[in-house]
Parts: sequence; C-alpha cells; structure tokens
Amino acid sequence: MPAPAVEGFFTTDPEPALLGTRCSDCGTYHFPAETFFCRNPACSGTTLEQVTLSSRGTVWSWTMNRYAAPPPFPQTEPFEPYGVAAVELAEERMIVLGMLTGDFETLKIGDEVELLVEPHVDGETLIWKWKPVA
Amino acid sequence: MSKDVAVLGAGMHPWGKWGRNFVEYGVHAARAALADAGVDWQDVQFIAGGETVRNGYAGYVAGSSIAQALGWSGARVATAYAACASGASAIDIARARILAGLCDVALVVGADTTPKGFLAPSGGTRTQDPDWLRFFLLGATNPTYFAFYARRRMELYGSTEKDWAAVKIKNARHGLSNPNARYRKEVTEEEILASAMVSEPLRLLNICTTSDGGAAVLLTSLEYARKKGISDPVKVSAVSTVTPRFPKTVIDLPDIATDSAAAAAPPELTFRDSIAAAAYEEAGLGPEDLDLAEVYDLSTALELDWYENIGLCKEGEAERLIRDGDTTLGGRIPVNPSGGLACFGEAVPAQAIAQVCEVTWQLQGRAQGRQVEDANVGLTINQGLFGHGSSVILTK
Repeated sequence: MPAPAVEGFFTTDPEPALLGTRCSDCGTYHFPAETFFCRNPACSGTTLEQVTLSSRGTVWSWTMNRYAAPPPFPQTEPFEPYGVAAVELAEERMIVLGMLTGDFETLKIGDEVELLVEPHVDGETLIWKWKPVA
Repeated sequence: MSKDVAVLGAGMHPWGKWGRNFVEYGVHAARAALADAGVDWQDVQFIAGGETVRNGYAGYVAGSSIAQALGWSGARVATAYAACASGASAIDIARARILAGLCDVALVVGADTTPKGFLAPSGGTRTQDPDWLRFFLLGATNPTYFAFYARRRMELYGSTEKDWAAVKIKNARHGLSNPNARYRKEVTEEEILASAMVSEPLRLLNICTTSDGGAAVLLTSLEYARKKGISDPVKVSAVSTVTPRFPKTVIDLPDIATDSAAAAAPPELTFRDSIAAAAYEEAGLGPEDLDLAEVYDLSTALELDWYENIGLCKEGEAERLIRDGDTTLGGRIPVNPSGGLACFGEAVPAQAIAQVCEVTWQLQGRAQGRQVEDANVGLTINQGLFGHGSSVILTK
C-alpha cells in the first residue's frame, strides 16, 4: 500500500480520521496540528493533545478543477479533472479542505460528506478525501 | 495632528506580458511618478519597494534594486512583502515615516515580471509551508478558492453566470481607453459564457490573469506639498493593513483549514469586512462618502463580494448593484473605473499601488475616457495571502 503523502495529517485505519490537536487549556482545535502553541490570542496554552477530527461534515463549498494545478501537485497524463471541497466540521467549528471522491457532481452546500483515505491522483501516495454520504 | 500625506505624483508602466526585467517597469513607473510630481529623484529621502518573489534575489530586495537602477542617492530604503497587499504595505511604511517626521519625500514602487499560467509555490519539498501543501495535497489553485466563494454566492444569494458576465463586460468597457491596461477590448456575454470552465462555476473569462507591470506614487508631507505651491493635493487619508481576528472562520488562500471557533466566538466582522472598516474608521468616513472604489476583482464573482465588504450594500445584495448599473461609470458608485484586474491582470507587488494611482488620477480629474464625475473620495481594497489586509482611502 502507498504511504501517506504527508506524515501526521491523518490515520490510515479502516475508519480513517484527520489528526489535529486540541488545546488542553481552552479547547481550540488545530488542523494541521499545532505542536508548540495555541492560536487563540486569549490563551497562552502550550499543552496540545493529539486528537482525531470528526470524520463527517457538511459542504461549505466545492469546485471541480478542469485544469491541472502546477507542481508540486502530481502531474498525470492524461489529466483528469478533480474536485476539491471545503467542509464544515460541527464539533470543531472549523472548515477543512479535501479532494472529493465518489459521486459528487450534484453536491449542494450543506450536504453531508465523510472522510476516506485513498490514493492521490498519481497513485503514488495516500491522501484524505471527502465523499458524499449516500 | 493630521494623519494625511499628499500624493504628489503617480506613474505606471503599462501592464502586459512583456517578459523584461521587473526593474525596468519599476524605474519607468518611478520616473513617471517623479515627473508627475515635479520632484527630482535625488530629493527623495525614502524609497519603499513592493517585493516580488518571482524574480530571484533582486526581487526580494526590490526597493534597493530599483534605487540602484534609478542611481544610488543615499536615500533610506525598505522592501515590503505582503503578497497581493505588498504595495499597500510599502505605502503604509512610507506614510508612517512621513507622519513621524522622519522624512518629507518618499517614493513607493512595485513591479513584477510574471510567469505564464497559475501562480505556483516555490520549489522544493516544504511540508510545513501551507502554500506548498495546498498545491501538493489538494491541487488547490487560487481559482479553487475563488470558486468556493462564487458557488456560495450562487447557492445562497441567487448569483448567476450572467451577473458575473456583467461584471466582466462593465470592467472591459471601463478599461477601453486606459493606456496602462493590458486588455482594451469589449467582451460579450456569449464569449464569457462560452469560455473554458476552469474551476466550476468559474470560467476563464471570470478569472484574472497574471501580468507584468509597474506602479509608483510619490508621497510627501502636506507641508512639503504646500511649499511646492500645491495647497490642495490628493491625500492618503487612511491605510488599512489589518490582520484577521481569531477565529477566522472563512477559508482563505493558502489555508487547508480555518481557525476553530470551538473555544472563541467568531468576530463580529469577517476579515474582508474588517479591512474596509479599519480604513473607514481611520479616515473618519463611511461607504456613503465614496465616489468610486477600486476593488480586487481576482474573479468577477469576487468583485460582488467586495461590494458588500466595503459597505456598498448589505450581504447578498451585490447582484442588484451590478444589474441596476450602480457600479458602472455614470452610476451611483462606479467600481473599477480603471478596468480592474479584468483589464490589467495581476502584477502582484504593483497592483495595490496601481489602484492608488487610478484613484489619484480620478480625484485629480485626469482619468481620461473613464472619469468619474465630481470624484472627491475613493477607496482601494485588496487582500494578501496569509492574512494581509490592504485598503487605502484617498481624499481631495
């Protein structure tokens, strides 16, 4: 199996999850993980526990890209259009981006999506993706 | 103490895809601004450059690269980088030096030579750089983010492709006779709606391109202007370079995720709203005082967002403004009389300065072929990656 495209961003369990941190003092979540300080200006916390983020969220917006992004995005031949979504996580009260997978062409704002881990566009590494919940 | 400084001169090198050294555009624009002001380069006490990150080391130190090309004169120098907001940062530094009494005459210059295609991150493998990560992991180009905002307008406020085409058609008409614009050609709704889909729902003609260009302004103290016999110059009355407030809950380039609002309530104003609000507060003015605005139309749909961010209408009402012709020359509040990024394309460190050049010429009544009648107050607005606000209010 390919390795994750980046270390420490997500798990590859059968039920994968994004890996973030949560400030032990104020409860603010961070993704990608913050390891040294809490970004809440009212908090000077430095104890950040690793947590998994909600694996379901709702679509804030999304797009289908019909032109290849430049490197370091993996360049493939032929180029296949790809979707990217901005997804709201209710508990963490944050938006997390991710590529889209599954049947997403009719997605609407507010639709529910779930997290998957799948091969990147070139099949060389693994990344997290959002998939519409059937 | 007055917080105003005078804009004695403005100058630009025409936008295009010239492929020459950015320093050349910067020198051209600087000399034009100096000539416009009637000030000799050797009388400039401070030069502020907007940095370009696409032209090697000379671009990182753009202020001194351009100073050397103008001829070393012993002037103090600084170079500012704030992505698309770099020009406003450079203006802010120059203004602060003048207001602090450290100098009377400051030249602000920005220039860029850009590659073709999408703006891409720097090379290497940099897993701690959000700008690198968003391309590597997500293919999240700049238009990806513009498309997020556009789709929200569509679904939440009933924005249509025809509304966005109307923005492009308006800006193309505005820029027709602007000698510094790169594109001076009318465009039809059919052409726009038939152009290639880039990032759904945005098509090629909804998205601004990248350009080469240079812009400069010569700023002085009001006293210096008076001594030169100019008692009523165009003035910089506010410069807003605010950062966001935590938690920033709207996704912005180059972020992969927003702040979390789990522990702290989101601020009353979104970041983009707060950029204009800070400028208005500093100038003691409001949206009702504006005669024109130059907003950063990276996409046509984003221009509509800016209408709301600068208070021309309430959230969700911007479509009515474009449909009613309010923001067209001759309308209630013309927006982008220069033609905007639709006609210029973006030359990153020069663009915020170019916006100020346009408003200056508008307030001086010198914007030939695109003049807003009785223009007394104008606002520029823009936003740089990684949380850089950029708004300048100019008054007469």
